[in-house]
Amino acid sequence: MLTEEEKKEINAELRRSDRKSSAGVEALKIIQKSRGWVSDEAVRHVAAMLEMTPEELDAVATFYSFVFRKPVGRHVIQICDSISCWVMGYDPLYERLVARLNIAFGQTTVDNRFTLLPVSCLGACDRAPAMLVDEDLYGPVTPEMMDEILENYK
Amino acid sequence: MERPLTKNIRPGREPLSLKEYEKAGGYQALRKALKNMTPKDVLEVVKASTLRGRGGAGFPTGMKWSFVPMGDAAPRPKYLVVNADEMEPGTFKDRLLLEGDPHQIVEGAVLSAYAIGAEKAYIFLRREYYLAEKLLNKAIAEATGNNYLGNGVLGTGYNLDLRVHSSAGRYICGEETALLNALEGKRATPRAKPPFPQVCGLWGRPTIVNNVETIANVPHIVNNGAEWFKSLSTSTDGGTKLYGVSGRVKRPGAWELPMGTTVRELLEEHAGGMRDGFAFRGVVPGGASTDFLVAEHLNVKMDFDSVMKAGSRLGTGTMIVLDDKTCPVGFVHNLEVFFSRESCGWCTPCREGMPWVEKTLRAIENGQGEPEDMGILEQQCRLLGPGNTFCALAPGAVEPLQSALKYFREDFERHIREKRCPWKS
Ligand SMILES: Cc1cc2nc3c(=O)[nH]c(=O)nc-3n(C[C@H](O)[C@H](O)[C@H](O)COP(=O)(O)O)c2cc1C
Ligand code: SF4
Ligand code: FES
Repeated sequence: MLTEEEKKEINAELRRSDRKSSAGVEALKIIQKSRGWVSDEAVRHVAAMLEMTPEELDAVATFYSFVFRKPVGRHVIQICDSISCWVMGYDPLYERLVARLNIAFGQTTVDNRFTLLPVSCLGACDRAPAMLVDEDLYGPVTPEMMDEILENYK
Repeated sequence: MERPLTKNIRPGREPLSLKEYEKAGGYQALRKALKNMTPKDVLEVVKASTLRGRGGAGFPTGMKWSFVPMGDAAPRPKYLVVNADEMEPGTFKDRLLLEGDPHQIVEGAVLSAYAIGAEKAYIFLRREYYLAEKLLNKAIAEATGNNYLGNGVLGTGYNLDLRVHSSAGRYICGEETALLNALEGKRATPRAKPPFPQVCGLWGRPTIVNNVETIANVPHIVNNGAEWFKSLSTSTDGGTKLYGVSGRVKRPGAWELPMGTTVRELLEEHAGGMRDGFAFRGVVPGGASTDFLVAEHLNVKMDFDSVMKAGSRLGTGTMIVLDDKTCPVGFVHNLEVFFSRESCGWCTPCREGMPWVEKTLRAIENGQGEPEDMGILEQQCRLLGPGNTFCALAPGAVEPLQSALKYFREDFERHIREKRCPWKS
């Protein structure tokens, strides 16, 4: 079931939209904001509100990289693996992250604190290598700095 | 030197509020246009300015706008979309404008929408630009409060609803027809063209999609005129350009400079030259999907026609430097990992070809390449080139590859011969 709050927000979005189905991505983002990810069950309930089939909405949900269809940890680390960051030291950064957190891309730490994901160029190439923790952008990041940064996310 | 686009940007500080922006001359262009100019007048001055789109393809902006049906019989509503998806690797110029002077983008959007008679406008923003999202929404609220937006803009009969749409990821969303599908709530695959968005775009209505930097130029052109705009440039394309340099240079960054500034000046004067211990080998001049330029091209002017003549594209004008301590095969492989991952999968050559290119490059980089791989890569460059796919992602993806095979051929062959990457240990 969707919560009253989620329904209210989705309905507000529907009123702003040209057509119901065009609110799909926004509606999924509302779910993700409140639950951290989008379950099959949530897709079914949201689809009903948008007068779409669950399959139609899932086709949208699985297309966009920011819609998480699996649970994530409390914080999401996205490290830029695009060209300028790769040139400027992505590899050592990635290795340090993996060694410290003991997870690979797509995985979540056992304490549910961090999920690690790759991300394409963050538009911060002059600050390469760059990374995003939740909504916070960091760069240039050295492996040593990264340890300190992670301490800010409990 | 005049820097109209960045004159209000104060690095490390909050962008100008509405009051401050007005004090700096902001919204004067909008007042002027709504009071004294018809939409056609705005279109004409933009046309005369020779402004070309800053999103990568360099299409003349005035000409693009002129395809939109005007008058009472035109289909409604019409739409303007500001393309702020900026996901091209190595590109970091639109962020500067969005975060640095959001009111400039709002004013540019209203003026552009007015010129094509649009009543709805979107800023299509990439998900990760959280700060820009906050700042743009604040600017829109302030502008609406002052009647620069909304119903009866500045007391005229012109109405405009402007909204930020924050995307949910994927590079292909920046392609203008894929972007329209994304706005309609669909999977962001491109659309077959024709029909072109200018006549049949969002919800089948006339739609103009323009890059952030393109839109940012409009208020200044309206204020100062076409001749002024042309005089900013040292080349045949008018205006200034936001250029950027990243990679192993002393001062990576982005700067607004006259259109036509040379590669050398950008690298040596603005970026401070190569870092100590690193030598220049080449550069992709305009984001990931442009052909390499090398030392013989250092004096090339960074404008659309000159870079084209040198065998590449101006693209986004933000260059990525390849240095001598970085493996060219690894460099190109990194680019193709991106394009392969971001292929939307709609057309076969790209869906199948991009992963093949990526795997072949990975094998070569890891010392497992075969001599015939060179031929396979060359063949893929042809198969994925212009004309074989629905959108420009695949042709863009092979640009750095085909030029790397030309300029760094010996480096590729050495990997295959020695069965290892000469840059590793
Ligand atoms: C795969 C792909 C991604 C693109 N991404 C962007 C983008 O992020 N921003 C942008 O302005 N243009 C992007 N473009 C170009 C747009 O399709 C379009 O040409 C541009 O927004 C038009 O604006 P302009 O005429 O002002 O340059 C992309 C094109 C392709 C093929
Ligand atoms: S070229 Fe690639 S990205 Fe473009 S439509 Fe075809 S499959 Fe999609
Ligand atoms: S390449 Fe990493 S921020 Fe641009």
